[in-house]
Amino acid sequence: MEKNKKAERILVCCGTGCVSAGADKILEAFRKNISKTGAEIKSTGCHGFCQQGPLVIMEPEGVLYARVEEGDVPQIVTSHLENGKKVDRLLYTDPVTKKSIPNYCDIPFYKKQNRIILRNCGHIDPENIVEYEEAGGYRAIRKVLKEMEPGDVIDNIKKSSLRGLGGGGFPAGLKWEFCYEAEGDEKYIICNGDEGDPGSFQDRSVLEGDPHSLLEGMMIAGTSVGALKGYIYVRAEYPLAVKRLNIAVSQARKKGYLGRNIFDSRRDFDIEIFLGAGAFVCGEETALIRSIEGQRGTPRHRPPFPAKSGLWGKPTLINNVKTYASVPNIINNGVEWFRSMGTENSKGTAIFSLTGEVANCGLIEVPMGITLREIIFGIGGGTTGDSSFKAAQIGGPSGGCLPEDMLDMPIDFDSLKEAGAMMGSGGLVVMNENTCMVDIARYFIDFTQKESCGDCNPCRLGTRQMLDILNDIVEGRAKPEDIDLLAALAEGIKSASLCGLGQTAPNPVLTTLRYFRHEYEEHINEKLCRAKKCKALITYRIAMEKCTGCRLCFKNCPENAIEGEVKQPHVINQSICTRCGICIEKCPPKFDAIETYAGVDGGEIIA
Amino acid sequence: MEKDLGKIFSSFRGVRGELIPVLQRIQEKVGYLPEDAMLQVADFLNVPESTVFGVASFYAQFRFTPTGRNRISVCEGTACHVKGATDIIKEISRVKGVEAGETSDCMEYTLEGVACIGCCALAPCITVNDEVYGRLDKKSVHNVLKKI
Repeated sequence: MEKNKKAERILVCCGTGCVSAGADKILEAFRKNISKTGAEIKSTGCHGFCQQGPLVIMEPEGVLYARVEEGDVPQIVTSHLENGKKVDRLLYTDPVTKKSIPNYCDIPFYKKQNRIILRNCGHIDPENIVEYEEAGGYRAIRKVLKEMEPGDVIDNIKKSSLRGLGGGGFPAGLKWEFCYEAEGDEKYIICNGDEGDPGSFQDRSVLEGDPHSLLEGMMIAGTSVGALKGYIYVRAEYPLAVKRLNIAVSQARKKGYLGRNIFDSRRDFDIEIFLGAGAFVCGEETALIRSIEGQRGTPRHRPPFPAKSGLWGKPTLINNVKTYASVPNIINNGVEWFRSMGTENSKGTAIFSLTGEVANCGLIEVPMGITLREIIFGIGGGTTGDSSFKAAQIGGPSGGCLPEDMLDMPIDFDSLKEAGAMMGSGGLVVMNENTCMVDIARYFIDFTQKESCGDCNPCRLGTRQMLDILNDIVEGRAKPEDIDLLAALAEGIKSASLCGLGQTAPNPVLTTLRYFRHEYEEHINEKLCRAKKCKALITYRIAMEKCTGCRLCFKNCPENAIEGEVKQPHVINQSICTRCGICIEKCPPKFDAIETYAGVDGGEIIA
Repeated sequence: MEKDLGKIFSSFRGVRGELIPVLQRIQEKVGYLPEDAMLQVADFLNVPESTVFGVASFYAQFRFTPTGRNRISVCEGTACHVKGATDIIKEISRVKGVEAGETSDCMEYTLEGVACIGCCALAPCITVNDEVYGRLDKKSVHNVLKKI
């Protein structure tokens, strides 16, 4: 009975990844099973290690159970809670050493991280304001209101060198100062949570896992610049984040932390949540402001910058979720503490969504200046299966694809920009030899072309032209001179577009041209896609020695492109085959007779 | 629908800045934005009808036609793309006989490609009526489709 006195707690990760994998059922099962053990059960926000979800963490020991299923719960309760014996089969196994690691702090994925902004994610119940306060929350705002002048707060943020973590990297303190100094009694602050970059989910995880840290950051910003109202602009596609934000705001109001006379300081500040309606361009600040005003989300010329004339023409401070969430830490721990992390010009930490062909997918927070190699091979555990690393796409549609020889570059705002990519919102997608770099460039241009608001010509027409050329390349119709045309268009769009969307849209093409030009040339000159991704540039072939003539492919081919007699090896008629892939799927795995070849000539070898 | 609209309007003040939230509430209730409803929104907020339609057509969230009883959304985020989302959408299209972006004639299914839903660690993933299914491939997607 001794051990039950140690206040055992079961943390069930209820971030979107784990919930999608069944975490809510696990939570329910624990609630049914733990009654007599005296342990406390808690649902938390994203713990980060989504790859291994649903995650269950047993405190105080910090034992992590991975890929837990509903049926595992009774065993965890009897073995771990009642008999003090770990359930070995549910522990995380290191893919390299093949050894199981019970404590999550010892798992390489966590060991090399520095979780500052994410410190509470996965540890507290995001729907309970008391837990945030017990973890030290709402101390910074009290200090700001009681002991500091607005000028001091802004000075602190300036000295900390905190930069906008939404991707642009503009010094946050300067923005605050501009807004503070702007004339006008009515001012607003906005939190940009319109995380539209495909492949990134860090803002969502902060909103879902620790919404009060954002509210506290916004309270500090709002009271410092002199705004009475703040808006959180969040994607409607993030229902869980919206739900938890609403709970957080109403709890804060009830406690007197939002509304009139907050914290008995005779200051007023309130927050309203605004749901975005699904337009990527609204991540651009002037477009976002127009969207809140009920207009089409088209960006406008700057200056005037929002700090001078923003929402409803009033001075407006607009920062990203992570930027605001960093603020309470800086106030609590001091400027020097914050400046001790990171590189010369990029201080603090960066959050990345590590996904794609990497062994350990998830949400990570690392000091600025870490190398891609440390992230992908240290934290991420390398590429999936036996595949080899080809490229890392960093920064989403505004970012770029970096090749293997850039793995040792320390990453921060400036180094990434120099390499042709950008921090963007922090999506980091790992690609292996099965990813076609031309197809990836085409994918991003297709995305930005659809998301272009259509207001300025370079972006609207230019991205369309680029997409047409890229389609020609992947479909085998392009001419050698198209590469130069593509590059010229890209440079033109970059320099002539009105807003950040257009100015950065060509980056995926420019970086793939810079680092993977040979793939473009192979597509055009040799009609060959080495990744075997572009359907027009591959060939399917039936291996004579493996084919038993079972006729499954013959019967299922929608084009009737397969010929052959029963129990005799079959042949694919290349002039009819559309590379739909149904034959590969239908061919029984024990025969595995259909092979894929790069290039359009592959099929003739056998004919 | 008149009653629904009246109820929705009663929780707003009737100012321009409420246009997007009003449209969101209508779509939440009705499932799409009927033309008649948009005309009434214009009236309620005192803005031209063209403005309402202009704003509604700008944002991907708004639909102008009813959806099928089952909404199948395939995530087209980067991680899902790298892990074969294109094949998944083609497969669903083939099995259910409905093109991407369209609703089947019987109003049973709507198939759409959607912007990143943020479940990148589960890539490739789809949602069926807002429930997420992840780590799919061309074969395992059949198990999901059998359920609907």
